[in-house]
Amino acid sequence: MQGPVIAVENLKTHFLTRAGTVKSVDGISFHVNKGEVLGLVGESGSGKSVTGFSIMGLIDPPGKIVDGSIRLNGKELVGLSEDEMRKVRGREVAMIFQDPMMTLNPVLRIDTQMIEAITAHENVSEKAARGRARDALARVGIPSPDERLSAYPHQFSGGMRQRVAIATALLNSPSLIVCDEPTTALDVTIQSQILAEMQQLCAETGTALIWITHDLTVIAGLAQRVAVMYAGRIVETGPVDALLDAPIHPYTRGLLGSLPSAGVPGQPLMQIPGATPSLARLPQGCAFAPRCTLASDVCRTLAPESLAHGQDRAARCHHPLDAPKVAA
Amino acid sequence: MTDTPISPAMLAGAAAPVPKEETPFTRFRKAFFEDKVAVAGLILFSIIVALALLAPLITPQNPYDLRSVDLMDSRLKPGSVAGEGFTTWLGTDGVGRDLYSGILYGLRISLMVGFLSGLIAASIGMAVGLIAAYAGGRVETILMRIVDLQLSLPAVLIALILVAALGKGVDKIIFALVVVQWAYYARTVRGNALVERRKEYVEAAQSLGLSNARVVFRHIMPNCLAPVIVIVTVQTAHAIALEATLSFLGVGLPQTEPSLGVLIANGFQYMLSGSYWISFFPGLALLLTIVSINLMGDRIRDVLNPRLEK
Repeated sequence: MQGPVIAVENLKTHFLTRAGTVKSVDGISFHVNKGEVLGLVGESGSGKSVTGFSIMGLIDPPGKIVDGSIRLNGKELVGLSEDEMRKVRGREVAMIFQDPMMTLNPVLRIDTQMIEAITAHENVSEKAARGRARDALARVGIPSPDERLSAYPHQFSGGMRQRVAIATALLNSPSLIVCDEPTTALDVTIQSQILAEMQQLCAETGTALIWITHDLTVIAGLAQRVAVMYAGRIVETGPVDALLDAPIHPYTRGLLGSLPSAGVPGQPLMQIPGATPSLARLPQGCAFAPRCTLASDVCRTLAPESLAHGQDRAARCHHPLDAPKVAA
Repeated sequence: MTDTPISPAMLAGAAAPVPKEETPFTRFRKAFFEDKVAVAGLILFSIIVALALLAPLITPQNPYDLRSVDLMDSRLKPGSVAGEGFTTWLGTDGVGRDLYSGILYGLRISLMVGFLSGLIAASIGMAVGLIAAYAGGRVETILMRIVDLQLSLPAVLIALILVAALGKGVDKIIFALVVVQWAYYARTVRGNALVERRKEYVEAAQSLGLSNARVVFRHIMPNCLAPVIVIVTVQTAHAIALEATLSFLGVGLPQTEPSLGVLIANGFQYMLSGSYWISFFPGLALLLTIVSINLMGDRIRDVLNPRLEK
């Protein structure tokens, strides 16, 4: 297939609240190729989940996509009617959510929920749909899938539920799956199993993934490319190894420094001082400036543009850290 | 907690699949039967329903059939023998109807009116509440203001006016009772649906590309059923009482189809002349019916309320 699976251009998703316009996503651009995993990293409130929901067309009022374009396999999603969007959702793009305890309907059996995910898009018999649901459960490593199909969600553990959610997302072989922190609520052993399985499934099926997380260690093992979000913008993007080894943006360095494994035993852990600014009242200039040790006057007055730093890398910073320098 | 000894098999079974029979319904049934008072209510209610259903087989007289009623038998004391030869254990009313027969037939009507109106009102109320909560915005405002308006007027008054305008009859009284009840369901269901629709499983269902109708009625509605079941019990008891009230006031059911309310009203005028039984026994039947429903309702509420869970 030619071109990326998904190409997001200058996407702006704002929430028009009484307290003012909250610019949750303010002009972000990225793309994901077939079979590729893009890690979307950021703190709480940086707009990463809103990005995911924008792609799914699940932004509820007062939220609204005010500008930009989202192209899925060349097809523009922004501006599609609710009915057209519903045909895309679940078939061409699926979503996996953070809390597996909450994403399955507690009163419906697993087979009910999986079968309707198929019949919503295809005219197949219930028996055929059930067979496909069974195969999907087997594929994500659920033992005795036939029995498990007729169980209720509360009979599953957290890891098993997330597998069910993954199996459900895979049912219609979407070309893109948006994963909104799907392993955050799981313990580490289950987390690594699920990561390994997702990686394998993507390689087999060619499904592209957008992996939303705040956990850089997850990204390090899973993604090919990373986009770091801060206050509704992508502040740095690049291949995962290069970005983690030599961050350009001070915020990325701060994130890496605050990993407990990076600390010296006995010494206080690093942290980024302050908190993410209110998205309704962003400071003038660079949004990270109030928390940045390198901030100068230009940072407080002028918002930095996204500049290329060598091949495949870009950052929004007036004082990029030691990385291949490029004349502005 | 019961102190069962911990066996190695139990420890090994920690990861084993939960027994399949464990559905929300079986858990509910188990919790319900733990309360003896509720079980007593259920038994009493079952007896009342059985008596009402079997009425034609176990009563000596059909009170709807005016040919079987003899005016000469009027106001017989409990235990007297009627002209037809049977013993009237609960006495007869002012026109010679056997009260035991009358009460069982009356129960049929009262229960039917109570349940039918409750079910119809619950269906309408649930649909309105769900749509209001899911649609939000103007739709929600309009629907919920209608509900507020409805709830601000006294139920008896609305029912009285409706029945007075529509005339007598079982269908009309059911309609009137639906009109006064649906708003309770709408308000409660909306409150619950507002909480449910913010839960992640709704977003997950939407992300699968399901239609709005499917998300609302297949995914959100079953999660809002618990409070509705509680209100159904309370409202059914309420509806039975309200029907009796309307019939007592003379605007409910016609004299030829006596419900409990009609029977009580008929006896009312003889109260002071010593024929207490004409009102007393139908009143007792009404009381037992409502109490049995409420006893069950209390337990159902306790079981289904997540905040009261141990």
